[in-house]
Amino acid sequence: MRFTLSWLKEHLDTKASLEEISEKLTSLGLVVDKIKNPGEALTPFTICEIVEAEKHPNADRLQVCKVQTGSEVIQVVCGAKNARKGLKAVLARPGHIIPSTQQVLKVGKVRDVESFGMLCSSEELLLEEASEGIIEVDPKAPVGKSYAEWLELNDPLIEIEVTPNRGDCLSVHGVARDLAATGIGTLKPLKIAKVSGTFPCPLSLKVDLEACPYFTGRVIRGLKNGPSPEWLQKKLRAIGLRPISALVDITNFFTYDWGRPLHVFDADKIKGNLSVRLSKEGETFKALDEKIYTLSNEMTVIVDDSGVISLAGVMGGESTGCDETTQTVFLESAFFDPIHTSITGRALNIISDSRHRFERGVDPLSTLPGLEAATQMILDICGGEASQVLVEGQPPYEEMEIPFFTVRLETLGGLAIDPMEVEKILRSLGFKLIEDENGYSVIPPSWRFDITQEADLVEEILRIVGYDKIPSVPYGERPEQKPLAPAQERRFVIRDRLASQGLTEVITWSFMSKQEAKLFGGIDKHLILMNPLSQDLNGMRPNLLPNLLKAALQNQNRAAETIAFFEVGPQYANPTPEGQSLMATGLRCALFNQNTWCEKKRPVDIYDVKADALALFELTGLSPQVEASGPSWYHPGRSGTFKFGPQVVGYFGELHPRVLKAFDVKGPALAFEVFIDRLPQPKKKTMAKPKLELSPYQVVDRDFAFVVAQDVAADSLIKAVVKAEPSLKISLSIFDVFAMGEGKKSLALRIRIHPKDHTLTENEIQMISQKIISSVEKNVGGALRQ
Amino acid sequence: MTQMEQLKRTFLKDLEGISTLQGIEDLRVKALGKKGDITLLMKDLGQKTPEERRTLGAELNALKDVLVTALEERKEILEEDSLKERLTSETLDVTLPPRPRTTGNIHPLSHVMDQAIHIFGQMGFVVAEGPDIEEDFYNFTALNFPPDHPARQEQDTFYLPSSSSTGQPLVLRTHTSPVQIRTMLKTQPPIRIIAPGRTYRSDYDATHTPMFHQIEGLVIDKHTHMGHLKGCLEEFCRLFFEDPSLKLRFRPGYFPFTEPSAEVDIWWKGSSWLEILGCGMVHPNVLRNCDIDPKEYQGFAFGMGLERIAMLKYGIEDLRLFFESDLRWLNHYGFAPEARE
Repeated sequence: MRFTLSWLKEHLDTKASLEEISEKLTSLGLVVDKIKNPGEALTPFTICEIVEAEKHPNADRLQVCKVQTGSEVIQVVCGAKNARKGLKAVLARPGHIIPSTQQVLKVGKVRDVESFGMLCSSEELLLEEASEGIIEVDPKAPVGKSYAEWLELNDPLIEIEVTPNRGDCLSVHGVARDLAATGIGTLKPLKIAKVSGTFPCPLSLKVDLEACPYFTGRVIRGLKNGPSPEWLQKKLRAIGLRPISALVDITNFFTYDWGRPLHVFDADKIKGNLSVRLSKEGETFKALDEKIYTLSNEMTVIVDDSGVISLAGVMGGESTGCDETTQTVFLESAFFDPIHTSITGRALNIISDSRHRFERGVDPLSTLPGLEAATQMILDICGGEASQVLVEGQPPYEEMEIPFFTVRLETLGGLAIDPMEVEKILRSLGFKLIEDENGYSVIPPSWRFDITQEADLVEEILRIVGYDKIPSVPYGERPEQKPLAPAQERRFVIRDRLASQGLTEVITWSFMSKQEAKLFGGIDKHLILMNPLSQDLNGMRPNLLPNLLKAALQNQNRAAETIAFFEVGPQYANPTPEGQSLMATGLRCALFNQNTWCEKKRPVDIYDVKADALALFELTGLSPQVEASGPSWYHPGRSGTFKFGPQVVGYFGELHPRVLKAFDVKGPALAFEVFIDRLPQPKKKTMAKPKLELSPYQVVDRDFAFVVAQDVAADSLIKAVVKAEPSLKISLSIFDVFAMGEGKKSLALRIRIHPKDHTLTENEIQMISQKIISSVEKNVGGALRQ
Repeated sequence: MTQMEQLKRTFLKDLEGISTLQGIEDLRVKALGKKGDITLLMKDLGQKTPEERRTLGAELNALKDVLVTALEERKEILEEDSLKERLTSETLDVTLPPRPRTTGNIHPLSHVMDQAIHIFGQMGFVVAEGPDIEEDFYNFTALNFPPDHPARQEQDTFYLPSSSSTGQPLVLRTHTSPVQIRTMLKTQPPIRIIAPGRTYRSDYDATHTPMFHQIEGLVIDKHTHMGHLKGCLEEFCRLFFEDPSLKLRFRPGYFPFTEPSAEVDIWWKGSSWLEILGCGMVHPNVLRNCDIDPKEYQGFAFGMGLERIAMLKYGIEDLRLFFESDLRWLNHYGFAPEARE
């Protein structure tokens, strides 16, 4: 909503400064977006008079003018055809900034003739979008005076944001009413007119009250349409509206001044009689914006015998539009209901000042007074005579009593306010008060659709008093508990673990394209968005990896060689809450590390991501089983699945070459996925750890190399070794893995035997070694390498 | 001069000229070895009278002590010299970069979410959650958005094709507020929760991304009023922005689910008011929709954008870069992992 300070003051009698008004508006909830003084940039430009104009000696289209500035006569070269002797024009002098180009004007030579200024066009001063020739100033204008001042452009334009519940403040009068309630001024009453019709309305009108509950109108004949008077044009121009003609400008004036949209039809163009009804599917309508709209059911329309001539409350029709030849009009003032107007406007995607107001609610009781006041203004400006008024239906407003206990201001609003003050505020906002034994009830005014209960009244009072008056109360009792339940806390722990493992956290869209998801099981059809922003983001992701791969590619394109990403976020299997799984998914690409003076670079491999995933399983205090092979997006021979019992809790492995190719990522690419919510919670934590026995006896290290079949899992070999002598602790590390061909591989182990109660003799060591060898032989068919 | 004095003098003189550990060893053998001069003299003692043996023996032992001590001292000096020599040849360029430690970074949004949770945690809030794919009822209807109300369309909502089992249209939640409803429907007051999470609106430009993060707050009890709301948010903002005198401005706003409603601005860097969150007293209709009697219970709710407060706190300028996974950005604005309990 925009208005100028002077316009506001037509409704508000105030001595408050612009700054005070601006502060009050914001504290009322009518946030000031910006305040602009359009005269500011034009201040330096002055009115001058051309005292001599001669053809330029070296150019046909230029003139050399002698210009009276008010204090001297200077020479200016001008290219405008309309520059002539005696014309008053607008002068820019060297050093001034021309608004349209933002260039500083300099003394210049135009085809060898010096020019000490410039005569400006409206376009150059940004007063009009396009203009021909220089500005022709009123001959009465005083030479030497600032042009902006002469035009009275030094009138600040105030732009406020109006929340959807405050349709009443989409009018200058409504804004003034709110301001007056704060005590910084007095609201001036609207000028109410009553024009008695001199003849019966010649048009007949039939209104379907379901389509429109309240409709008024009348014919005005014998008028003359033309440009509206300067005061009206100036007002509209100041708020960014283009003056069109007196009739149109008058309706626009009421839209902004009263918040009361009206419509004028050229009555001579109306075929037959008028009716207001709901539209039928397929009807078409050519609007004032010259576009043809196809209507669906349930839109309120005004029709004549030719069909739809207006979309009620949204936009008028082209066929009955007014122009300079218009002599007879039908003036409409009605109450169109918010929902119908909103549906129509949204379905046809028409944005108009009228729709904006009707869908937020226009005061139903302003319908007839608005018609009368507009009639008066039309008669004043365009002449003519008015018919009697047609009225159909009733204004949809019933007084509603809301019991109000002022103590709620304190118990809900946190601020005790003097009851006298409360009453004064309510009355100044247009509320009626009815006293009863408990206090009083409040009747909201017809323009407030948003006040239905006590809490609304509390807001009204606090809004006017100012929220800043409410004392802030420090939070009292604070239950001592952790904000995060263990399962919630775990996500943050996981982030820290993974970052400590060298992975960097990313956050990517929950959406992706259907195409990208294809290699990852695809997107369930119930998860394809009906109104995606673009085809790239048209479905809910079934997996995080495509987004991570895209991120990897973008970084590789920026020369990143070591990529290690993870994301903790949701993926979706179906639209139910259970279909959303929280994942910790990681991706490592290409190099694990760069070449440095102390470390050689190496490519990432599956054991890097296995370590990443295992770092997360550690949090459960349990180790998962690892089964060979994972889902289809992994390399079938280089991937694994983590399980707790029958429950799959994650995957890891090298991504399938197909995936790598599809995403154009430089490999190798290794990934892991962990289903965070499937991880069991660690058993109730006891602080105490298991008892530690520190043996004083020497440990024994022995190296073994076993030959086993290629497909024997290292894990099973480890198990066979560890359980070979149950009475002693045996630990080991694998220090070499070597494929021998012919389906065999060799694994070299360093085995450490931890004695318990005595130093092991050579004999005992021999026996244990033998047990290890036979356990390996028995369990995995391995033999000591010869 | 006795033979022993002679021996001692020659020995000490020789010792002075020795510069290697081997030389010292050789000299030791020459004097104290099996066939060394002193050893031989010791052996000769057997042939002396007991009287001579006593005096001579004592003298010999004293001589031996002198020699041994002299040898050790000389040896220590030589060892010290050779160590010094070795150390001078063993210098490293300590200005070389250290062995790289590969640590990743935490995304600034996670960091900010964590901070916010802990600040509210100190005020007794616990975290509640809801799904990203939400039923129209929780996202709009129960929050007092009337059907076809302009406020409903202002939230450019993403829709999914199917309906919930209860026939509700499915949407991507446009705010974290549906968690309020889910919580109130299953928990008896008093309630004091926060709900951080992903939210979605169909809007993409310099200041909007189709996915963003909010943190919601909800308090329901019998006494909480707007003064508490102000106190709570003041405490949060001052702790979060680490400025104990940070100024806040509460001004009227509009949300269908709160009444009275407020927008909160902070006075930023002494130059302007910046809007950072919306809040208000829970609308009585919302309480009724959750089977809570508004005559008995009341409370407040708030919601703020995590990106917004992260950008302000850490001077991050471009919203879109939060989701671009650019390593240069992540390394610059990310945070080192912290050990958690």
